[in-house]
Amino acid sequence: MDTVGPAKADLALTGEGADKTQALTYPRIDCRNVSVYYDDKQAVFDVSLAIHDRAVTALIGPSGCGKSTFLRCLNRMNDTIEGAKVTGDIFMEGENINSPDVDPVLLRSRVGMVFQKPNPFPKSIYDNIAYGPRIHGMVDSREDLDAVVEKSLRRAGLWEEVKDRLSQPGTSLSGGQQQRLCIARAIAVRPEVILMDEPCSALDPIATARIEELIDELRKRYCIVIVTHSMQQAARVSQRTAFFHLGNLVEMGDTDQIFTNPRERRTEDYITGRFG
Amino acid sequence: MSKMPDSSLITPKALKHLKKRRAADARFRLYGIAAIVFALSALTLLVIAIGTRAYSATTQYVFQAEIMLDADLVAPEGETSEAEITRNIEGFYTLVRDKLFAEFPEASQSQAARQDLSELVNRLAVLSLARRVADNPSLIGKSLEVRVPLSDDLDLYLKGGSPKDVTVRVGSAGTIETDVEGKARISSTSGLSKVTSTRSLLEEGKAMGSVLLAGGKAVARIDSLSPDAAELTLLTGTFEQLANAPLVAHIIPLPEAERPISDQQIAWAIALKQAGNARQVLHTSLVTHTDSTYPELAGTLAAIVGSLLTMMVTACVAIPMGIFAAVYLEEFAPRNRLTNLIEVNINNLAAVPSIVFGLLGASLLLGTFALPRSAPIVGGLVLALLILPVVIIASRASLRSVPPSIRSGALAVGASRMQAVFHHVLPLAAPGMFTGAILGMARALGETAPLLLIGMVAFVAEVPNSATDEATALPVLIYSWASNAERAWEPMTAAAIVILLSLLVIMNVVVVFLRRRFERRW
Ligand SMILES: Nc1ncnc2c1ncn2[C@@H]1O[C@H](COP(=O)(O)OP(=O)(O)O)[C@@H](O)[C@H]1O
Ligand SMILES: [Mg+2]
Repeated sequence: MDTVGPAKADLALTGEGADKTQALTYPRIDCRNVSVYYDDKQAVFDVSLAIHDRAVTALIGPSGCGKSTFLRCLNRMNDTIEGAKVTGDIFMEGENINSPDVDPVLLRSRVGMVFQKPNPFPKSIYDNIAYGPRIHGMVDSREDLDAVVEKSLRRAGLWEEVKDRLSQPGTSLSGGQQQRLCIARAIAVRPEVILMDEPCSALDPIATARIEELIDELRKRYCIVIVTHSMQQAARVSQRTAFFHLGNLVEMGDTDQIFTNPRERRTEDYITGRFG
Repeated sequence: MSKMPDSSLITPKALKHLKKRRAADARFRLYGIAAIVFALSALTLLVIAIGTRAYSATTQYVFQAEIMLDADLVAPEGETSEAEITRNIEGFYTLVRDKLFAEFPEASQSQAARQDLSELVNRLAVLSLARRVADNPSLIGKSLEVRVPLSDDLDLYLKGGSPKDVTVRVGSAGTIETDVEGKARISSTSGLSKVTSTRSLLEEGKAMGSVLLAGGKAVARIDSLSPDAAELTLLTGTFEQLANAPLVAHIIPLPEAERPISDQQIAWAIALKQAGNARQVLHTSLVTHTDSTYPELAGTLAAIVGSLLTMMVTACVAIPMGIFAAVYLEEFAPRNRLTNLIEVNINNLAAVPSIVFGLLGASLLLGTFALPRSAPIVGGLVLALLILPVVIIASRASLRSVPPSIRSGALAVGASRMQAVFHHVLPLAAPGMFTGAILGMARALGETAPLLLIGMVAFVAEVPNSATDEATALPVLIYSWASNAERAWEPMTAAAIVILLSLLVIMNVVVVFLRRRFERRW
């Protein structure tokens, strides 16, 4: 069982004992009654869930069910979408990030994001990584910056492949490399949480496998939330899984439990491929 | 096969369809090619038409001679200040005219002849000589090689400007019998019959025009012509010169009374050309002189500078304003009724006829704000308003072509919206924005109507020094040259058009270069 707040929310949805295998982790993000509206149309309904640190949480569900929308709440990217409105509370380390006093720019440096389609800046590989640290004034010297770039690329498993061509454009890399570059770019600003919105859907199986390995590696340092439409991927990389349907959170629990012993009928139907 | 006719891919029905579709394809391609061929040939025709007209304005006939810069004439009373010398047009003109009188002593016989001879060179043509001497007074008292443009009509004649004028080689004169002073008779030249037949062909047997016979430095007019004999009146030179040189007959079908230049003047021009004193040189004054009422002296310099000053004002106003407006509307403005309204209005503004902007400029800038008339600052502001919608639309289009994923990428690493726009979106959109800006400028450069309304059509003899000086612009100059009556303006107008087109081509080349150089792929 986790700390009091999220446990209650969790309990209601996933039931007793869901978190036993995750005893070592503790919730990093605690969402309560989150709803999202696009203009007047509601896309996410009253979702409450807890996201654990040092673990991968997968959001699954049929397309259009609000996974990406919910994910964007976690770094307030919905602020940049015109007409989008988020209600409810999202606590990170006790602070409500939905509060108007929170600077979304600062928040986004603590909650990195990787998108469906790799989107490196049309600049050099080096500048792609260095951009974040530069604008946040994280480094004082060129040597520091070099070190940050190298460390980020190493963590993203890209260093060996690009160390001799850092000045080449990031867009000249292959799709899988570009996505790892985007992960390195997110890591470079030293976030605590990394959000990934279907990071492998534009990649071939081999590149996908590499990213999945990388996610497993990153789990040791970061709190990761990944949206995926592939249930196999969710089963492979995540420890916790949340199943969304029509903007509602249907069920959340340990990945093993969700895939082997779902409590909800809808979850079972989805996982066994009866709809989706 | 015959059992299952439906499953076959090749049935008569399918064949018919295929044939029809292929015919439609071919027809469509044909229409496209025809349209392109038509457009290209129209363009080629235009370029050729302007090019051939402008060609004769690339050169100019000048009177060239060694002239002694007599201090008494150039700087009377020892006055050698720059302004005084420049003002002393009369003195320099006397020098040039005296040189002509020395060259053609026959003109000294009558006042009318002297007048005719001095018309070979315009009085104001010595202005550049005067300036040259004023800049360097040590030339006074020395002998100097001088070039002054010949009068436009003679220039045109010497260039063969009139297609009706024909020259015929006559060969040697044969015998010349001189009886009365200045009159002579030649006969038995085979060339004369050729002249006769050509002349009757040109004048349709009416024999109204003139035929001049030139040989060496001498020129005579043919008073009566038959295939085997001709009676001559000497216009310049001597009969000996005529007898000893191969003769050329210049047939001028237009009667003398209907021409701006007399036979005598043509004779002098021909003689000058034979002697090497009338030379065809590159027409540099076209771009180094300012406007003039005399075509041989007129140039486009003031208009080019005026246009550039105007363009500078336009660029300084329209480009930053257009780009900032576009960035705000595209990246920051909320989408609501008001911004929709603004957007529609900007698009409509782009279609407003340019003369309306001219009226606005005249009433608002000249009337309400009392800015100086005919000044590049006013022209520039009016043109800036004119191209602002174009710049905004082009800039917005190029901002919109930057994929949103770049913006979200920047926002996701914690860039502010401002940083995302200025660090990532603008650099990517810049080539497109500048392309739009330069195309807008190119449109402004060619605009005439609004400038006419704010008085930039005034005759400007001085190169403008600043944006508030009186100035004109190239298209306006073209407009006013084109409405001049004298024939010599026609090639000048075409040449000014070529200059304007060259500026436009340069701007377009810059656009292509910018696109190639800075356009990035993602
Ligand atoms: N920018 C937007 N504006 C309006 N509606 C949106 C926008 N983004 C998503 N939606 C709507 O919200 C719902 C959830 O979308 P999304 O979160 O993208 O689903 P998922 O990622 O699960 O496929 C969908 O019905 C979609 O049409
Ligand atoms: Mg999605």
